Amino acid sequence: MFRSLESPKSRVRIIVDGNPFEVDAMTSVAAALLGLGMTAVRRSVVGDEPRGPYCLMGICFECLVTIDGVQNRQACMVPVRDGMVVSSQSGARMMEEGGR
Amino acid sequence: MRILPDQEIVVVGGGLVGAAIAWGLARKGLRPLVLDGEDLAHRASRANFALVWVQGKGMDAPHYARLTIASAKLWPSFSEELKETSGIDVALRQRGGFTFALSESEMAIWTEEVQSVAAALGEDAPEHALLDHAGTARMVPAIGKDVVGSIYSPLDGDVNSLRLFRALHAGMINLGASYRAHCDVSEILPKDGGFLLKGAWGEVFAGRVVLAAGNGNTRLAPMVGLSAPTLQSKGQILVTEKCEPFFSYTSATLRQADEGGVMIGDSQEADTSSIATSQDISAVLAGRAIRTFPRLAQVNVLRSWAGFRVKTPDGLPIYEASPTHPGACVVMCHSGVTLAANHALRIADAIVGREAIFADGLFSGRRFHVPQP
Repeated sequence: MFRSLESPKSRVRIIVDGNPFEVDAMTSVAAALLGLGMTAVRRSVVGDEPRGPYCLMGICFECLVTIDGVQNRQACMVPVRDGMVVSSQSGARMMEEGGR
Repeated sequence: MRILPDQEIVVVGGGLVGAAIAWGLARKGLRPLVLDGEDLAHRASRANFALVWVQGKGMDAPHYARLTIASAKLWPSFSEELKETSGIDVALRQRGGFTFALSESEMAIWTEEVQSVAAALGEDAPEHALLDHAGTARMVPAIGKDVVGSIYSPLDGDVNSLRLFRALHAGMINLGASYRAHCDVSEILPKDGGFLLKGAWGEVFAGRVVLAAGNGNTRLAPMVGLSAPTLQSKGQILVTEKCEPFFSYTSATLRQADEGGVMIGDSQEADTSSIATSQDISAVLAGRAIRTFPRLAQVNVLRSWAGFRVKTPDGLPIYEASPTHPGACVVMCHSGVTLAANHALRIADAIVGREAIFADGLFSGRRFHVPQP
């Protein structure tokens, strides 16, 4: 669906839902996932519908993914980093007891 | 300038109060026109906390406690009827509400409040329980160690306020009301036994008029022989991302909405007319919320917003038919969600019946007049 207009100058390796991928080092997680053909990154909390990156500027909160174990990160606001572990989400945020 | 067709009855204001009244009028066969203001008007309906709340209300005002209890008890049948008329389930939950105390002195103040209300009401007093930390934790295991105790009242609850707003609007239209946005009323001229309502948008003649314009009533009421004084009171709310369920009851300062988001609120500022949110107040709200429910520490706040309460000098509603201009009346209050059932089913009926006295005359705006010697 999406392709890069320029070829990447450098690449990093990220893990998405358990599978390794090489992506442009200078991109956001959301753009990297779109570039991998992953247009639905989670299922919505209330309606259990597929959701994907939409505004790509931090406003719509549609592109939420779990990054390095932290839930509900906005994929469009986080640059990729070598070794990053990204997983798609389903349902509401889980909470740990105690918190702090 | 547009001149709209003459109307039998016009409701000025399309917020929770105006829409509940219009829904109730249409339910009784009238065809009210609702004139609403601009999208960016300061609307209390947009900033409400969605509580159907009884606990502690009516200190030194047992008539207000009784009004609140009556409305809370009308809510189940009201929500059923809202669903029938709009197709929308407003997610009413009346499982009970907690006031969480984070210090012994808070516990003492709130205990005195509910006990004073209960003493004034006698047998009509709403049920409540005073719980220590352990008693609270048995019902709400997620509380933190800083919660020294709580007051629990089973009549309290909440709704999904966005759906309530939508249900009232969809329902009133289905019942025969009509609605116009961008029609801020700036002037009301008594004319030919009715009222000419004017604004920059145009004008309309109404046989009768209901003022339900929130804080806007303060300016409009004197044009029809009524008074509706208000004080400034700004409230601020935080809302988090949607979380798995952890709190199935409600509280006056923190609730988990039916869809999982956590609303945190109850700030009060009397000294500002700026609608902008303040980070300092957000920090206080968030700090209390985390002490009450430590698991909230890791949860992201998505939005914060502020609104101006519709607050009369004594905090109680004003329900009054104009003694000098028959056909005009004012309906306003702070608790537009709790009292929605009362407005839609009781006050609207009084308006339909052209009653001269609303709610036994206990909520007249004349109570704020300086007594004449």
